[in-house]
Amino acid sequence: MEEIRNYTMNFGPQHPAAHGVLRLILEMDGEVVTHADPHIGLLHRGTEKLAESKPFNQSIGYMDRLDYVSMMCNEHAYVRAIERLCGVEAPIRAQYIRTLFDEITRILNHLLWIGSSALDLGAMAVFLYAFREREELMDCYEAVSGARLHATYYRPGGVYRDLPARMPQYRESPWHKGTDLKRLNAWRGGSMLDFLAAFADDFPRRVDEYEELLTGNRIWKQRTVDIGVVSPEQAQAWGMSGPMLRGSGIAWDLRKKQPYAAYADVDFDIPVGANGDCYDRYLVRVAEMRQSNRIIRQCVDWLRANPGPVMLDTHKIAPPDRESMKNDMEALIHHFKLFTEGYCVPEGEVYSAVEAPKGEFGVYMISDGANKPFRVKLRAPGFAHLSSMNTIVKGHMLADVVAMMGTYDIVFGEIDR
Amino acid sequence: MAPTTAAESPLATVLRDRLGDRVVALVEALGETTLVVAAPDLHAVATLLRDDPALRFGELMDLCGVDYQSYGEAEWETSQQVTATGYSRGVEGEGPGRFDWSQRPRNEPAPRRFAVVVHLLSVSHNRRLRLRCFCPDDGLPLVPSLTSLWPGANWFEREAFDLFGIIFDGHPDLRRILTDYGFVGHPFRKDFPLIGNVEVRYDPERQRVVYEPVSIEPRVGVARVIRHDASLAQARAEATDRWQQN
Repeated sequence: MEEIRNYTMNFGPQHPAAHGVLRLILEMDGEVVTHADPHIGLLHRGTEKLAESKPFNQSIGYMDRLDYVSMMCNEHAYVRAIERLCGVEAPIRAQYIRTLFDEITRILNHLLWIGSSALDLGAMAVFLYAFREREELMDCYEAVSGARLHATYYRPGGVYRDLPARMPQYRESPWHKGTDLKRLNAWRGGSMLDFLAAFADDFPRRVDEYEELLTGNRIWKQRTVDIGVVSPEQAQAWGMSGPMLRGSGIAWDLRKKQPYAAYADVDFDIPVGANGDCYDRYLVRVAEMRQSNRIIRQCVDWLRANPGPVMLDTHKIAPPDRESMKNDMEALIHHFKLFTEGYCVPEGEVYSAVEAPKGEFGVYMISDGANKPFRVKLRAPGFAHLSSMNTIVKGHMLADVVAMMGTYDIVFGEIDR
Repeated sequence: MAPTTAAESPLATVLRDRLGDRVVALVEALGETTLVVAAPDLHAVATLLRDDPALRFGELMDLCGVDYQSYGEAEWETSQQVTATGYSRGVEGEGPGRFDWSQRPRNEPAPRRFAVVVHLLSVSHNRRLRLRCFCPDDGLPLVPSLTSLWPGANWFEREAFDLFGIIFDGHPDLRRILTDYGFVGHPFRKDFPLIGNVEVRYDPERQRVVYEPVSIEPRVGVARVIRHDASLAQARAEATDRWQQN
């Protein structure tokens, strides 16, 4: 009889289903995984140490680069940590704008997730559909901040500027012309809020399209139902949060349980799963997209009706506007000090968590009273999720590892930091 | 944000009741509760926090190391040297990365150099708790591992070991996690330079990757300053004053 040996297999760091730079060392018994050892850190940039060497505001841009598909949610946690240490609150309109963009970000993230994990499991078309909507939402990012991905839009004390009164339109070019151009500009006649209102009216139909492709799809269900089951006890023991926790049936959502920004004033539901398998987590994320759309609609209505300041008038933290700098010496001095030395944050420590699309994104910040943070710890949801890999994946087939990695929704920007 | 009030939160009362003299310090600030315990008590306290029905901190959300060297030190002293001609500029600083712990120029406000900070969450009570434990020995920072209580602590402890060199007693698999294979040192310690010690390049002659001492100079872009005068209370008073419009 032939001797049977276990294989050790290297999955990644260049594998297309490794979602970045995961190196996963798998001990295989035939096609069954007996041990999985993820090696991470290939994208480690030392963001936390870099943040210690810079004034507070200069690290906001680094937050975008952590989880680079849910940029503004990371900024939100960081900015809120500073605000809480300083004891200031952003104006109410800024809170609504943050709520609006957090939800836009959630849809952006879940769209990328649904596209890429469907692609991992062999469904090509969803990816193409999802990127169609991502494009429209990234135009909103660009309209408010000038950048499609790394926005640096949230600032301590509010947001960088108010929403634009005019949504930028496509111009005629060899690539966009005729009826195509008309279709692209159909929603862009008015303000950004008009554009978002039109988007929110249309989006449920688009989600129906993805569901049409996946929810009842026999192959999709064969690949995800009863795969990677996470029990509620396991989910808590491993420090899971977000859709991973809700997929296991625990109705925990920081937006509801520990509300921040304007979440206490908007109406939405927490979708939960029942079995804690990959399919349930898929359903939770799809339902979350619909809920996010609901929140966007409410924020748009509120923002239309309530103009006001979007930045604090406290010039020790928030810069004065350009206009007052032209004729006010105080404003000029404040601007100069803020953009050279920054501001000193009172001594103390704070843990500020937001419900990022992937789970609880937390910023633990210690300030010793200086103009730079003494220590910043970024609590990435994906880090905790991925650490459970070995326990969850053990006993599954090799192909299920890919399905499981898909539902972890891992992004190495935040895991490696 | 409400300042710390005299009345303790229900959580603090329960903690004092259950833990007694095992509480080294219990601070409530900014709406958060911080519990400091000694390293020998850490495991027992954590077990109680997890299992006691009045506490039930079932989730360990975060665990990280902190290096308190150079806490409260500025690179640019401005408070003492104000003269009629203004501030003295470019004073050689005492900031992070310039001194070893043994050569530190001042007394530390923190009792010990290294601490482990744990953030716990109770889903059933909807509460959070910060648990801090200082490592008794600065030379060999050692604390008990919490992996047996929360398996999710495993990677967080590996990270704290990798970045700070804190050793977790009882950890099943204490390997480096974020830094490169074969990395030397603990990069998030305050005496580890921001630019690192070695740089990597591919050497075409030897046809392999080589490690060499860094060729760049460390540079402080913005000096670290601590100002107590520019407080936000003053800013708030200015904002309400509106003297420009009077």
